[in-house]
This record gives sequence, structure tokens and C-alpha cells, in this order.
Amino acid sequence: MFAYLVRRLLATIPVMGVVALFVFSLLYIAPGDPAAVIAGDFATAQQIALIHQKLGLDEPFFVRFGHWLWAVLHGDLGISIFTNLPVTQLIGQRLEPTLALTLTTLVVTIVFAVPLGVIAAWKAGTWIDRLVMIVAVAGFSLPAFVLAYLLILAFSIKLDLLPVQGYVSFRDGFLPFIEHLILPSITLGLVYGALIARFTRASMLEVLSQDYIRTAQAKGLANDQVLLRHALKNAAVPIATVIGIGIALLISGVIVTETVFAIPGIGRLTVDAILRRDYPIIQGVVLLFSAAYVLVNLLVDVSYTLLDPRVRY
Amino acid sequence: MASIKRGLPRLAVAAVLAALLGAPAHAQTSGKTIKFIPQADLRVLDPIWTTAYITRNYGYMVYDTLFALDEHLHPQPEMVGSYKVSDDKLTYTFTLRDHLKFTDGMPVRSADCIASLARWMKRDALGQAMAQAVGEMKPVDDRTFSIVLKKPFPLLLDAIGKLSSNVPFIMPERVAKTDANTQITDPTGSGPFKFLKDEWVPGSKAVFVKNPDYVPRSEPPSWAAGGKVVKVDRVEWDYIPDPATAAAALNAGEVDWWEQLPPDLVPMLRRNQDVVVADTDPLGSVGVARFNSLLPPFNNVKMRQALLYIVNQTDIMTSVAGDPENWKACYSVYTCGTPMASDAGAAPLMGKPDPAKAKALIKEAGYNGERIVLLTATDQPSINAQANVVADEMRQIGLNVDLQAMDWGTLINRRASKAPIDKGGWNMFFTWFGGADMLNPSLNFPLNTVGEKGWFGWASDDKIVALREQWMQASDAAAQKQIATAIQEEAFSSVPFIPTGQFIMPTAFRKSLKGVVPAPVVFLWNVEKD
Repeated sequence: MFAYLVRRLLATIPVMGVVALFVFSLLYIAPGDPAAVIAGDFATAQQIALIHQKLGLDEPFFVRFGHWLWAVLHGDLGISIFTNLPVTQLIGQRLEPTLALTLTTLVVTIVFAVPLGVIAAWKAGTWIDRLVMIVAVAGFSLPAFVLAYLLILAFSIKLDLLPVQGYVSFRDGFLPFIEHLILPSITLGLVYGALIARFTRASMLEVLSQDYIRTAQAKGLANDQVLLRHALKNAAVPIATVIGIGIALLISGVIVTETVFAIPGIGRLTVDAILRRDYPIIQGVVLLFSAAYVLVNLLVDVSYTLLDPRVRY
Repeated sequence: MASIKRGLPRLAVAAVLAALLGAPAHAQTSGKTIKFIPQADLRVLDPIWTTAYITRNYGYMVYDTLFALDEHLHPQPEMVGSYKVSDDKLTYTFTLRDHLKFTDGMPVRSADCIASLARWMKRDALGQAMAQAVGEMKPVDDRTFSIVLKKPFPLLLDAIGKLSSNVPFIMPERVAKTDANTQITDPTGSGPFKFLKDEWVPGSKAVFVKNPDYVPRSEPPSWAAGGKVVKVDRVEWDYIPDPATAAAALNAGEVDWWEQLPPDLVPMLRRNQDVVVADTDPLGSVGVARFNSLLPPFNNVKMRQALLYIVNQTDIMTSVAGDPENWKACYSVYTCGTPMASDAGAAPLMGKPDPAKAKALIKEAGYNGERIVLLTATDQPSINAQANVVADEMRQIGLNVDLQAMDWGTLINRRASKAPIDKGGWNMFFTWFGGADMLNPSLNFPLNTVGEKGWFGWASDDKIVALREQWMQASDAAAQKQIATAIQEEAFSSVPFIPTGQFIMPTAFRKSLKGVVPAPVVFLWNVEKD
């Protein structure tokens, strides 16, 4: 197992290298010039050219890539072109809100979606099943920003129960921290929860039709024992896979959610950097996202060994 | 009542949780705080390095100026206590007010002012014009310095009291010595607020506190001039990118002031009795349709003149700003409502569009259906609205318009291209300027018709260039007005750009705020919070 983990972790290095080269190439050929954005609307071509030169943007591709890669290998993601602050500092400022949002969403959706999927499968064909699936399809179909506005209208404007926007660190109080995360988590979690609920139902339906389930029921085991000990445990591997894949959904969803709820997280940092062509930030956050995704997949693979004793690495 | 309804259970739960979890690690505010949604996110801290309005506004928070423009468009002494001009008008001597200090506690000295002006003169267009006249800037003592000119420059006080980008803010000498093309990193300022760089989250939050060392003037505030008395302890700029969320936050009282709101949200905010929707910008903004004068078909003046007959400011401004109370037609190359503005030469643009006349001019120009590329930025509503309306008006008279949509970051790169159309070139783009930047020939960028060394579009008109020079040397307002009128008549003949109308972007604030200063730039001094 340990050797497997080391092997997988080492395998992330070339993956990250390919991602880095790909992103750098895309940014190099993409239209736009941060020097023009910085200089502002009144700048002349000469003024822009001077800033362009100062920022080293006129260097050849491989020189720029080489400088950047060398710095990254030394743990330096560079300096933001606009703010003059280190990218690591900017990412550090934004990490907590995004982590808080994604983890809250992850926990809440799993806590709700998996039981809903199990119940829907158990009550397959009944009104309960149909209700759960209607909610799941609606969750899948409703764009996140529409849901966000509806939630703000209902819970912040009409009922005045929750804040409209912003983020409060847990260091500034647990209650405001949670209050500011409820609506964004629901917004971000609905699609994800719908995905997990549908997969849980499908996986459970397959397991519930197996002979050993009938045997367990014939032995007189209680329903909860049949469902949780026998069925869910055996259906868990594909569910865990979907939970892992769904992290990508969360990463992309976080951009919309953070924008609508004005949460200063990594998602907004990414969008702002793209709009301004702040290349060091874009490269830094893409590396971070790809590392997170690789890590999540590794955790999912490891979880198989816990969920299915037959799986060994 | 609603906030009490929410507040009571919150208080109870908070009390229990505080007991359970301990007090917050850092209670961040004490005293009065204004939460303000700025027009854009603050990214760059150097108001000389960039002309971005958000950085200019930041500059006004943390820096002061030697002179500042008042509501009568007159430069008034600000950091300067007294000044004198020699009889030959070649030597200006300035003495700073007493007790001026930077936010690091150091006194403001003549050397700081000279270094700040020198850096500004390398970047700003009016500053560069001034630099050509300046022979020497020298300190007389720590609080007195003089500017000795090689030739008269009547606009000197207007230049150092310039209202909009780039504003000649006064920085410490060590900061101002930074190369003009390199961004400064030290926010030590001379102004009424102190910037807390440690709390800055670019793209989200910028925090300012009252500068206890700042000594305001005794006069009442008048635009950027007069007393900059700070009446709160702290100002937080909370950038909320989504307009619907910003409106909801203001409605709910989570923020106190939203600098610029889109016109479609005005009716909704007006329904809230705790919110004031106001027009505090007396100059507004001016839309501009800019031609590429290097490429066909707009390298032919008749094609540019033809568009004057079909560009309909009413249609454009309705699309940009909606309700007529948010805009007005402005048939001048200068900001309407200011001294240089008139409708001289603007007859083709005024009144009902005349497609027949436009078609006749197009025929004279020999237009053969070539593709005309218009650039628009879909992430800039004021620009996108102008582009879509003008594109439609052009199509209606048979022009082959290719309206290319992109984001602003791409557009400002594309517009720098002088390449032919089939190699990424362009024919027209749209933008807007704050009214303060179109006040007169010296400030008006699109009027600087120096050809390929000028602003994008590279309009060339030697007559305007010569008249601009004359305007800058004019000795009185009457002479300035006469020359400005001649420039405008020529501009409506050679058409380096077309003004598309004047509009305001309303501001909205909670009724708990009092003392908002009406001005073309948003100022946070003088504002009280109940």
C-alpha cells in the first residue's frame, strides 16, 4: 500500500508538468495583453510597449516558460502582474473561503444525497422514489446562478434570515461563518447532490436485485441492516467514484457560486486573473486545481480498499 | 424591524456560541465603518502607472495634491498654502501648508513634491506637455519650491490640479523616485486616509482608516478641493462583481454605498425607503465611437462624415443608460455643460438621422461593400450597447458590418493592431470617458490627432494639432473658448471620433450616510454615518 501511494504521488509530477506546459502554451497563444489592461484606456502604444517590456512579456516562449518552471521548482509561483503581490500569498488569502465552501458542500451533500438515493432505491417505483428523482432532476437542471438568486430572494431579502453575500472567517465567530456558507453551499451542492443521489439509487438498485440480498431478507434481517450493512456497503465503490469525479463539478461550480455570493475564494481569483491576463495567477491556480484533482482521485482509489476488502494495491 | 427580527435570535445564538467557542480571534472594527462597493476591484496601487479610474479613486483616498479642481473648474491650492507667480509668468513658487505629514509620520517636503511631479510628468499627457515648458524644479527650503519655465505655460496650475487620470498625487520622494514604468509598492500617502495593505485582498477588499496626521483645509469641500475632513474611522471597499448581489446587499443593509449601479436596477433600489439613489456626478460620462483612420474604408474622411448622419445619440443612450433622466444628447467633442462645449459644427450629428445623405457620402467615398470590423466588449455593458446600436444603424444603410464580440482584455489588445482587416485589424471600437477627461482640448484624448504616435485609431489632423497648441497657450477663457470652438468645427469635419452621448451612472447609498460630496470622482471624505 505504501509503495502504491509513493508510486501514485510520483506519478503526479509528470501530470503536473504536462498541465503546466499546456496551460502556459494556451496563455501564450491566447489574445490579450496585461500591459494594455494595466496602462488603462488613455495609454498610447508606446506606454503599453514600455510596460510590456518591463514585465518581461516580450521574451520568447521557452525563455518565459523556463523562468517560470525554474521558479515553480523552487516553490515560487511568481508575482502577480497587477498587484505586485506573490501568487502564493494571493492563493493563501483565497484558500480558506474556497476550502470552507467546498468542504461544507461536500459534507452536506453526501449527508443528504446518499440517504436520499438509498431511500429512492428501497422505495423504487413509489411516490417517494419519484419525488426524490424529481428533486434530483430539478437540481441537475437548475443553473447555479438562478438558484443562487432565488435563495437570496427568499432567505435574505424576504425572510431576512441569512446574509446576502460575503465570507466571514471561522476565526471571527462560528455563527457568522456558518451563516455565510449556508446559501452558497446549497447553491453549489444541488447539482452535486443530484448526481450523487441518482448514482446511489442506480447502484443500490443493482445490488438490491442480487440473490444475497434476498437471502438476507429471507433470514429475517431488519430492513436497515439489509440496506446499510449488505446493500450500501457493496454499492459504495461506484458511489465513491462518483463523489471523486464530482469534485471537478465543485471546482468549476465554485467559480459561479463565489462570484454570485461575493466570496473571495480561488474561483473568483481565477476569473479575475483570466479577464485581466494575469498570467502568473492563472498558472498558479490551474496547478493548484490539477494537484487537488489528482489528490482527490488518489484518495478515492485508497477508499476502495476500505470499502471493498478484495481490492488490494 | 426586519433587522431586529433577525438580530434577536442571532444575538441569543451568538451569545451561547461565543460562550462555547470563545470570543472572535480578532474583532476587526471599532468605531464607524463605511462599507462601500467600488466600481471595479482595486488591483494596481500606482495611480501614475495606470490610468484606471479605480486606482485614481484609491489615489484620492491615500494621497493629496498640490492643487485641486473645484466645482467651478478652477484649480485651488490644496497642499499648497501660498504661491506666487513672477511677472513674466516663468517662475511659480509654492509654499506648503504647515504640519503636512505622510502616513509614516514624516513631514511632506519640497523634495517629495518635486519628485512626485517629475514622475507624473513622464506618464501623463498634460504632464508631458508641461514638461516641455519646465526648465527646472528646485527646492527653496523644506516647505518651499519653485518651478522655473523655459516658456510660458498658462495651464500649469490646471495641470498640477488635474482632476482625473493621471492625477499628480504627492508621494514620499523615496517612492516617487521609482521608475515611471515600474509599479510602486509602498502605499505611504499624504492624504486623508491610510491604506491597510495587510488587509488588502485584491479582487475583494481594500481597507482604509482615517489618517490621524492629516491636516484638512478649513474651506468646505468642493469637488477635489477644500477641506477633506474624514468623519468615519474606517472605510472598507468590498468589491461585489455581480450587480444583482450588490443590489441585494445594499437593500439588506450589508453595505452602505454602491458607487455605480446599472440603470436597470435603479427602480428596484428606489423602492427601498432606506436607500437614496442619486446622481452625484455633475459631468457624467461621454460615449465615444472611434475610427481606425489608417485602414479603408475609414481612412476616407467621407466615410467618417457619412456616419455622422446616421449615428443616433437617442437610440444609443437609451440602450446604454435607459431612463432619459440618466442621459442626454451631447453634440460636442467636449463634455456638455462645461465652458468649452458648444454645438458648433455638429449639424450633421444633430436632429433626425439622414440616411440618404449618409448613402450619398458613402457613394462618393467609393465604398464597395468591404467588410467593416467593429469591436465590442461584452463584459462592458456601456460599450457593448453602443456597438450594437451603431452596428445596426450602419447595416441599415447597407454597410457590411462584422461586429466582433470579445472581452475588454482582448479588445484593448486588438485595438493596438494596425494590421489589415484580414490579419486581425479593425475599423471601429467604442469606449467612454469620464466627463472630467473630455473637458477641454488639453485633456481630450481622442482629439490628440497626431497620427500614428497618438491614441488608438491614429487620427491625423494637423489643423487640430496646431489649434491644440494654441489653446494651451491661450491667456484667457474667452480666447480658449474661441479656439476650442474652432477645434470642434474641424473635428466635425475630419471626424477622428463621434461622440455618442453623455450619460450618468447613478450611485446609491443608505440613508444613514450624510454629506456625500457631489463630484465627478467619488470621494469618501466629509461623509458621516448615523
